[in-house]
Amino acid sequence: MARETKRRSNGRRSPWAAAALIGIGLLITGGAYAGASAAMAAGTDTAVASGLTVDDGKKLFQANCATCHGLNLEGSTTGPSLYGVGELAVEFQVSTGRMPLQATAPQAPQKPAQFTEEQILAMAAYVQSQAPGPTFPSEQTLDGEGDVARGAELFRVNCAMCHNVAAAGGALTEGKYAPALGTTSALHMYGAMVTGPQNMPVFNDLTLTTEDKRDIISALLFLQQNESPGGFSLGSLGPVSEGLFIWIFGIGGLIAITVWITAKSN
Amino acid sequence: MAHEDDPLEHERASWNPSPGLAVAVSDPVEPPALPPHRERVTDKDPVAMKHAVRTVYTLFYLSVAASIWAIAAYMLFPIESGAIVDIRNNNMFVGLGIGLALLAIGIAAIHWSKAIMSDKEHIEPRHATRGRDTTRAAAVQAFSDANDDSGFGRRVVIRNSMIAAVVASLAPAVVLFRGLAPENTPANPIAGDPVALLEETMWTAGMRLVHDPEGTPIRAADVTLGSAVHVIPESLAELGHAEGYLEQKAKAIVLVMRLLPEDLIESPEKADWSYEGIVAYSKVCTHVGCPVALYEQQTHHLLCPCHQSQFDVTDAAKVIFGPAARPLPQLPITIDDEGYLIARSGFTEPVGPSFWERH
Amino acid sequence: MSTATAPAETPDAEKRDAPLGGRFIGATANYIDERTSLSGFVKELGRKIFPDHWSFMLGEIALWSFVVVLLSGTFLTFFFQASMVPTHYTGAFLPMRGVEMSAALDSSLRISFDLRGGLLVRQIHHWAALVFVAGIGVHMLRIFFTGAFRKPRELNWVIGFILFILAMAEGFTGYSLPDDLLSGNGLRIIDGMIKGIPLVGTWISFLLFGGEFPGTAIVGRLYTLHILLLPAILVGLLVLHLMLMVINKHTQFAGPGRTNSNVVGYPMMPVYMSKMGGFLFITFGVIVLIASLFTINPIWNYGPYDPSPVSAGTQPDWYIGFADGALRLVPPGWEIVFLDRTWSFNILVPLVGLGLFIVLVAIYPFIEAWITGDKREHHIAERPRNAATRTAIGAAGVTFYAVLWAAASSDIIATHFYLTMEGVIHTLQALLVVGPVVAYFVTKRICIALQKKDREIVLHGYESGRIVRLPGGEYIEVHQPVDEYERWKLVDNDGYEPLVVRPNAHGRIPWHENLRASLSRWLFEDRLAPLTQAEIDAAVAHQHHELEHIAAEEDVELQGAHARAGVPGAPHTPIDDGHHSETAVRPSNVIVSDDGARQPVNPDEKNS
Repeated sequence: MARETKRRSNGRRSPWAAAALIGIGLLITGGAYAGASAAMAAGTDTAVASGLTVDDGKKLFQANCATCHGLNLEGSTTGPSLYGVGELAVEFQVSTGRMPLQATAPQAPQKPAQFTEEQILAMAAYVQSQAPGPTFPSEQTLDGEGDVARGAELFRVNCAMCHNVAAAGGALTEGKYAPALGTTSALHMYGAMVTGPQNMPVFNDLTLTTEDKRDIISALLFLQQNESPGGFSLGSLGPVSEGLFIWIFGIGGLIAITVWITAKSN
Repeated sequence: MAHEDDPLEHERASWNPSPGLAVAVSDPVEPPALPPHRERVTDKDPVAMKHAVRTVYTLFYLSVAASIWAIAAYMLFPIESGAIVDIRNNNMFVGLGIGLALLAIGIAAIHWSKAIMSDKEHIEPRHATRGRDTTRAAAVQAFSDANDDSGFGRRVVIRNSMIAAVVASLAPAVVLFRGLAPENTPANPIAGDPVALLEETMWTAGMRLVHDPEGTPIRAADVTLGSAVHVIPESLAELGHAEGYLEQKAKAIVLVMRLLPEDLIESPEKADWSYEGIVAYSKVCTHVGCPVALYEQQTHHLLCPCHQSQFDVTDAAKVIFGPAARPLPQLPITIDDEGYLIARSGFTEPVGPSFWERH
Repeated sequence: MSTATAPAETPDAEKRDAPLGGRFIGATANYIDERTSLSGFVKELGRKIFPDHWSFMLGEIALWSFVVVLLSGTFLTFFFQASMVPTHYTGAFLPMRGVEMSAALDSSLRISFDLRGGLLVRQIHHWAALVFVAGIGVHMLRIFFTGAFRKPRELNWVIGFILFILAMAEGFTGYSLPDDLLSGNGLRIIDGMIKGIPLVGTWISFLLFGGEFPGTAIVGRLYTLHILLLPAILVGLLVLHLMLMVINKHTQFAGPGRTNSNVVGYPMMPVYMSKMGGFLFITFGVIVLIASLFTINPIWNYGPYDPSPVSAGTQPDWYIGFADGALRLVPPGWEIVFLDRTWSFNILVPLVGLGLFIVLVAIYPFIEAWITGDKREHHIAERPRNAATRTAIGAAGVTFYAVLWAAASSDIIATHFYLTMEGVIHTLQALLVVGPVVAYFVTKRICIALQKKDREIVLHGYESGRIVRLPGGEYIEVHQPVDEYERWKLVDNDGYEPLVVRPNAHGRIPWHENLRASLSRWLFEDRLAPLTQAEIDAAVAHQHHELEHIAAEEDVELQGAHARAGVPGAPHTPIDDGHHSETAVRPSNVIVSDDGARQPVNPDEKNS
């Protein structure tokens, strides 16, 4: 280049000053916010209600759910009837935050649960008492000690087409999706298989026996507990994320290096 | 390829390319000469040069250290326990060692070439790509002499028959490659007939529908509303991998779903192809053959994950979105006297992707 | 070659009285030269000059990553079994233990989990393959946008393009070897596409797979292609490609001292050798680092290929993405039965469309040469802005390719951006048609604007940021002239006019000449006619005159200021003398010291 700019040393702010100020400002406000929200989360009041009864469940139901699901679980124009959904479905839907439904959308998204575990169990017991349906599984079904290899094979045949082989989730029609299962609890895996939430098919015990379900849960827990042997998994999305990564960081980095190689030494 | 030194070669009359129809500029801008060499800091300051030299050999020694580390990591991080974390560590530490060793060599070499080696620019003339007229004349003469000696140009019959013979000799080699695919055999009279093979599957009348892959039969009552069951023919489940299991499976996979009977739109001739709202469709996509397995139990849509073709299960699996062109073939089903689901007959059309001879 | 025993009589440069490198090296060099004529080779190529620009190293990204692919691949061939014989995995990885699978997948799992460093080499191999094809891609883009495919390099462009196709084929055959669920579904898709080809499709599929899909032969056959046939052709063409580059010599960007008849740069030994060798090690090192930290192709999650399961998010490797995307964008129902045969246009239109695109790219140099009628040798790489229409065509082509590439990940775009897959696909369908047109238009306009800006700078200098007030009260910004080296880089000397058609011997103008003329009009419309030396001389003179005028005005102002400050004798230090840059906040030349006396400051101390 023809011009050589000299460093300005007399009274001029560094060009980095503005960036540094903005960065410090962001750090301070972000840190304050994070600290405040952490403090607020820590301060959640655990209701001293120990051992809530079915009656408490009924009251909770009527206060929070009856608007859409009817006072007697008969349903309404805005929500289906809950006859026969069972305590399993209630626990699944409310504990994952899908219910109470926030807004109409292609499907009910997961969000932070609005109730404590005791309240959820109480509501579940109430619904179960009104019209029995699927119940909670035995401890053994959820212990993760099943046949991981068999469970993985069953997962690939029955589940991977929606949820992806590594349980990274996948797309369905019209904006719906099958969520990623990286943080799903064993109980919720079981609950989803048995109750078939929204567009997920129902996997009753004749399609997938309890032992089958135990194996599938074991395979998923294995995935959750073991990191990928090859390093960072890039979201386990397959060739798309691998291709994006190699173009941005691989080729990008190598081209940056070629600019360095051919730049004139100072 | 070895040119004699003749810097003005391209100016000489022998090198005179036709400029075609492009336009030469009148009074073109004069190019300036090479700018004066600008000294680098390592040229001006011997301390900086020493610093650069030190950087280079430090990097090379660092590379040696990294290579040693890679070997050490190979031994220090065994994987024979089978634990995933061991494999991850071995991969990472051996890899980091090798990677750093190589990178250090590269960076050192580049730094050497940029900061220490002479950066004086040289000028080298280009030679015309085209050969000189004398050279070309000699080449033409060579061919001409060979032509005179052989009579190739004159003896037309020899030339034509030679070309025919060489071309014909390739034909048997091509034909040998027919062996890539099987021929018909007495045991299997359609083994060498791809169209016939595409048109038949293992499904026949009375064949039980069994779970994929276990092979256990399915009662109609087991298929509850909203279920999606992956199904293969009973005789397929007994087939071994060496006996064509995957090849038959690629045509025979079926998805069984249960809807409310009033939700099904059925044409009269296919009214008995379902059983009390239970329908069975081929799972092989009619686009290019991926398994169509994403069933949405509320919308009754079947989605293929490969190219997003969508089929409507309420309406004979017709295509409602995506590149597929034909609906999924339906398997007619009923129940046997024990209540197990069986096929009424095989498929009434070829399954899977279209092919030229399909109709 | 002389066989004299006295060292001083041999013509080799390596043999002198005090041999370079010592007596052993000298003797060895002599030994080899007497048997191979190596000295001729060294003389020709040893100090060959190569021009220097970062964009010239993009081909090296491809070359060195190919070396990495070859080396890592060779290691893998000692452990991989390219057989579809069924077996059961009994190795370390729990979720696969006992599963029935082909020997190919079994050996790939063993490489990954039961061989130290095996997973590392597998990942190096796959990551390097991705870098290889990407490197060819950026290299091709550079060649296209700088016009380096023009005579005499048209053949090299075609060879390079074939190399691109071969690299894609190598990648596809390679990732299909482990016979896992993801690549097996990819083969299923290829099989479905082949079956859709009229007349011969069913038979090609039958021959390729050795019978019905999937058969027991395909992995072995792909292995033969992957390690024998395709690499052999690839290496052969690569050698030819590099030889042509050496014979034609590399192109160079315009610059001082650089003409169409010379090469200016650095010699092969030692500078280029170490830059290229260094880049080899850097490329290798970067790939190894990525392979040690990031998973690629986790076959242990996919499991063995079976026609029944499938994974959400089934895509091929990135370089096949444009083909998969093309399949996805076809609207429903594109199939007819005609003459009792099935015509699958949902397959044929993508196949033929992509085939046309590929052929057009491959023969582009010949198309452009035919349109321009330019038969000169071109060794100066053009700046893309100076070939506006070509650059715009390239941008349109890149947009077309990119839309197809994006379409391959339509389902992942939908989940990650909270869109419907139908919306994504419909948008991409529209973009496929509209995008290239818009890209063409916008790029052309940007190129022409950049050309005009360059011309502005050459003729009027660059805006220095310094505002001067003239005595009449008006403010002007001072333009500084660029030096002659910079000026040369901004001037483009190629002059093109649209073709004038001439009647042939029969007095007629054939239709293809008319077509050629209208295409050349389109290619060269909106061109800027090149500057002449006279115009530049006049412009430079005018610029200097302006600057003198401004300097005179400035002088008067300064004198006035000094007079008012009471130091009329103070020197007039020009604020911008071409070496010390202007600052917005700058003390004046005059400082009032503590004792009230007004002292001019020594200008040398001020300007540091």
